[in-house]
Amino acid sequence: MTAPTTPLLVVDDLRTVFHTARGAVRAVDGVSFTVARGETLGLVGESGSGKSVLGRTVMGLIATGATTTVTGSVLLDGQDVHGLSRGRRRRLWGPEVAMVFQDPMTSLNPVKRVGTHLTETLRRHLDCSRAEARDRAVDLLRQVGIPEPARRLRQYPHELSGGMRQRVVIAIALACDPRLLIADEPTTALDVTVQQQILDLLGSLVEERSMAMVLVSHDLGAVAGRTDRVQVMYAGRTVESGRTRDVFAAPRHPYTEALLASIPQLDAPPHTVLRAIEGTPPDMARPPAGCRFAPRCAVRHDDCAGAMPALVPLSMPLSVGSPAASYDREVACHHPTTSAAFAAPGGPDGR
Amino acid sequence: MLRRLLISTLELVAVLFLVSLGVFLLLSLVPGDPAVALLGEGRTPQEYEAMREQLGLNQPLLSRYGDWLGGVLTGDLGTSLVPPQTEVLDRILSALPVSLELAVLGLVMALVIALPLAMWSAYHQGGRADRVISAATFGLLSMPSFLLGIVLIAVLVNALGIFPRNEWVRLGDGIGGNLQHAFLPALTIALMEAAMFTRILRNDLVTTLNEDYILAARARGMSPLRIMVSDALRPSSFSLVTILGLSIGRLVGSTVIVEYLFALPGMGKLVIDAANQGNYPVVQGAVLVIALIYVASNRLIDGSYGYLDPRTRRARA
Ligand SMILES: Nc1ncnc2c1ncn2[C@@H]1O[C@H](COP(=O)(O)OP(=O)(O)OP(=O)(O)O)[C@@H](O)[C@H]1O
Ligand SMILES: [Mg+2]
Repeated sequence: MTAPTTPLLVVDDLRTVFHTARGAVRAVDGVSFTVARGETLGLVGESGSGKSVLGRTVMGLIATGATTTVTGSVLLDGQDVHGLSRGRRRRLWGPEVAMVFQDPMTSLNPVKRVGTHLTETLRRHLDCSRAEARDRAVDLLRQVGIPEPARRLRQYPHELSGGMRQRVVIAIALACDPRLLIADEPTTALDVTVQQQILDLLGSLVEERSMAMVLVSHDLGAVAGRTDRVQVMYAGRTVESGRTRDVFAAPRHPYTEALLASIPQLDAPPHTVLRAIEGTPPDMARPPAGCRFAPRCAVRHDDCAGAMPALVPLSMPLSVGSPAASYDREVACHHPTTSAAFAAPGGPDGR
Repeated sequence: MLRRLLISTLELVAVLFLVSLGVFLLLSLVPGDPAVALLGEGRTPQEYEAMREQLGLNQPLLSRYGDWLGGVLTGDLGTSLVPPQTEVLDRILSALPVSLELAVLGLVMALVIALPLAMWSAYHQGGRADRVISAATFGLLSMPSFLLGIVLIAVLVNALGIFPRNEWVRLGDGIGGNLQHAFLPALTIALMEAAMFTRILRNDLVTTLNEDYILAARARGMSPLRIMVSDALRPSSFSLVTILGLSIGRLVGSTVIVEYLFALPGMGKLVIDAANQGNYPVVQGAVLVIALIYVASNRLIDGSYGYLDPRTRRARA
């Protein structure tokens, strides 16, 4: 085991390319980041920006194969996920890293009892008897706030509500006490009223177990109070990253700024979230030259379509009161915005 | 529950009635004449006419059907018009086990072949194994079954001498000898059915393997084989099970070609021979039994959907 000071997860220049009939789709195109033990990272971006592919590639669920090429490296607790044999990699899934999927209606097998999902996972990874697995399953369901856990174990997924199912999915992910939890839009498919509960549940479970979490969302609002750091993705690349409160206080990339401006009001219906940004994300088989956000950027300059901006560390602005040494902040923009704070929810105009 | 039972019984009776009436009418169009079969060729028309009169063949069609139906309702399937003039029931009881054994053995062998092939094919979707299996099954399906039988006989019986080629041994007369004889005809049937099963199951598996819950099962660290068998197979087997149910009924009545090829005294041969001779009581009785098996096997299949998908259970309860 590595020293606790090294990060739990180190992702370096990760690229995932799907070779399709339409050409190479560069869904993840050179992403690097680290997650410390017990830290929570928010991964934010519009639909199609490559968040799910990134999450799955980090886990190793997507790996180099007949139609896919993965380059770069993922070190999980010191182990090179993509360098391991398939069998060894599978052994990580559960005890080291686990995933909560977007839609609890489809991520549970409709012909399998809730309990079977849990017990087969437990018995796959832990050396325990049928009875022990069952007791643990009951315990897990109780921990995720499911009433009458013993009865629920015998039910089929369709007999549970959406919120209950997502709790089951979370219980499955937690079954083998992973060090890292990747939650891929865990609330997108749920009722607004349930979304908050599930996010709170995830937050408290992660804290209790000092687990690290990557919380994927297309909604900056969901990530706001719940993550230590946030990383904003656009068209397969990181455009901005930093501590959540720093990024929220002073977004430096025009895309981040636009995302923040589009956080819905409390009473707005879900899924209207990102309509505020003009245009659509680029086709990942044919990304635009230069900065990929340039065609949609409200503060575009002439040189933006020239070279692709690199992700560079930022120095601390005076308006943020954090010590300079810990100001861990990066942005990939030729002309970072300088607005000191996200003050006017009117958007990126007025400059 | 009682209502359901009543409805399905009524359905069964209606199906059997329509099938027997339809076959009876069709049979009257077929040229076979029991009088010729009984007396042999070369008699005078008067002799044939007298024989027809004696057999009751000159009665109006519907009154003959009525007589037959009356008999069936009192449990009497009648006697064969053509020698051996035994009870129709006895003829059926001697032919049915042969066909049933062939059908069941053939289907079991087909499943044993098809399940692994389909899983292998679906797992390597688009790969070389998938393409080879697809081509092979397609080739088998486009080949007439007698050709396959002839090839098997030529290779396994005549050239290699692995299997004997003499009279059928009844199951009661020793299981070893019986299986030795049943194996080749069953294999002929199995290969054809397996080709169809493989293609159907493979396609459904490919669809299922794209489901989120398969990705989720992988993310829990389950092995590919385990995911295939315990997560993908059941949700993918609806079409297969439906086809299987239809196959049982179909095979019992229509393995004629295979029965002829391997000289098996089964239902198909019984019906064809009787139809050629206009021996309608035998045809009618046999068709009735085949229809019964058809309906029963489909009822069984209907019942299995609840096992395959728990979501359908509440609706049918
Ligand atoms: N197996 C695949 N083959 C080809 N292209 C793919 C494949 N999987 C994903 N992509 C493409 O990769 C891009 C990123 O997809 P991804 O699912 O990661 O987006 P996302 O950020 O998770 O969006 P969402 O918010 O809708 O979940 C999309 O353009 C998608 O079409
Ligand atoms: Mg996604």
